[in-house]
Amino acid sequence: MRINCPCCGERGLDEFVYHGDASVTRPDALAPDAMNDFVKYVYERTNTPGLHRELWFHAAGCHAWLVVTRGIATHAITSVELAREVARKRDLVTEENA
Amino acid sequence: MPTNRYSIFSVLRETLRGHTGWGPAWRDAQPKSDYDIVIIGGGGHGLATAYYLAKNFGLSRIAVVEKGWIGGGNVGRNTTIVRSNYMLPGNIPFYEQALKLWEGLEQDINYNAMVSQRGVLNLYHSDGQRDVFARRGNAMRIHGVDAELLDEQAVRKMVPFLNFDNARFPVRGGLLQRRGGTVRHDAVAWGYARAADQHGVDIIQNCEVKGFRREGGRVTGIETSRGFIGAKKIGMAVAGNSSRVAAMAGLRLPIESHVLQAFVTESIKPFIDGVVTFGAGHFYISQSDKGGLVFGGDLDGYNSYAQRGNLPVVEDVCEGGMALMPRIGRVRLLRGWGGLMDMSMDGSPIIDRTPIDGLYFNGGWCYGGFKATPASGLCFAHLIARDEPHPVAVPYRLDRFATGHAIDEKGVGPHPNLH
Repeated sequence: MRINCPCCGERGLDEFVYHGDASVTRPDALAPDAMNDFVKYVYERTNTPGLHRELWFHAAGCHAWLVVTRGIATHAITSVELAREVARKRDLVTEENA
Repeated sequence: MPTNRYSIFSVLRETLRGHTGWGPAWRDAQPKSDYDIVIIGGGGHGLATAYYLAKNFGLSRIAVVEKGWIGGGNVGRNTTIVRSNYMLPGNIPFYEQALKLWEGLEQDINYNAMVSQRGVLNLYHSDGQRDVFARRGNAMRIHGVDAELLDEQAVRKMVPFLNFDNARFPVRGGLLQRRGGTVRHDAVAWGYARAADQHGVDIIQNCEVKGFRREGGRVTGIETSRGFIGAKKIGMAVAGNSSRVAAMAGLRLPIESHVLQAFVTESIKPFIDGVVTFGAGHFYISQSDKGGLVFGGDLDGYNSYAQRGNLPVVEDVCEGGMALMPRIGRVRLLRGWGGLMDMSMDGSPIIDRTPIDGLYFNGGWCYGGFKATPASGLCFAHLIARDEPHPVAVPYRLDRFATGHAIDEKGVGPHPNLH
């Protein structure tokens, strides 16, 4: 498995550190059912074969946080994005909906 | 009549008859339309569960459904180590129960599983690590489990060929559990399958679960690749694929699937007596009866269902081996493989009811499922038969994460890839 870092190009796996599922988002701590939401956020995962969005940190490279979309049954990577851009897009959508 | 009981007399009798009288170890059962209890997953845990349900709880009309063949899953892909050297009160009694069952297993199921209590030695490399190991050893002894803290001299006597004077990670001693050891893994699957079959359990191979049928809040059966099978109670013992099967019932679990690699070298003369683990990296090694060195290390560290890993971990594991025992450096690697690990959020298993009536869950075995096999089967059978947990499996609740009762042996928090 090699990851095509948007800053550094294609690099070997040993340069990266894995940080788990990127599809879960931190819930609103002030919501009435926040406790339940946090249990789901911290512990529960979909974890089925197919495409998986996940966070990787380019520790031995540019120190960018990446959102990698990868088939977990095949290890084939379909996209690599900078996590900050993913977050920015998500914030824009949230603002538009607000 | 085929020979069904294995003993010195049956071997002699069959020798005289030219080995024509051995019957199949278990029937190739066809699925019936309904059962009282169906266990999904014909691995070690599922087969052990069915066996104890029939034998200890006197139940009948039990089936085990397996998507592949018996012995073809994780029960045949592990590194065969058994031990109970845990530290937390939630874990020690359970794993000790397992080790006690291993000790009597072969007589119980009349099958040679090659249980070999050759000792498990965890090495420490610093003063701090010695203190941690002493604490673990003490916790074990408080629970009545054997543990001995060895100094460097005693370790030198046991395994003189280690690199004791490694500049970065000198070997200072080790924590030894003499009752730990290895068990022939596929014989465990075959032995439990045969014993369960002799108690009337139907073992249905090549039968993949496709979905659950429910009425009200209760399961009534499973849809499989070989048609619908009705069941009053259903137990899932499909570690590695727990999230997939649970998703068919609409459940989301505190589990991620990860890949763990293991390796075997070419056969060499007897060299390593017991199981030795390197405490500075993550490397554990034992020698199989065929002579191959069986070893492994850490998870690859990312979610995977691929049953194969990547090269950085191969390199890391081999470096650990070379740091510990440089003399294995010229032994050639025969094969390496990857297995699916049901990594739970606290590194400990789950044996519990689910929110759906009649559906029971056994999973989250991380990379310690094999050693737990007999106790997992016994406790899961207890839960299914009596609808209450076995005393040693009470802490393994599904809702322990929500209630703050996680059992985090390694102390790394909800990061499955780090346990």
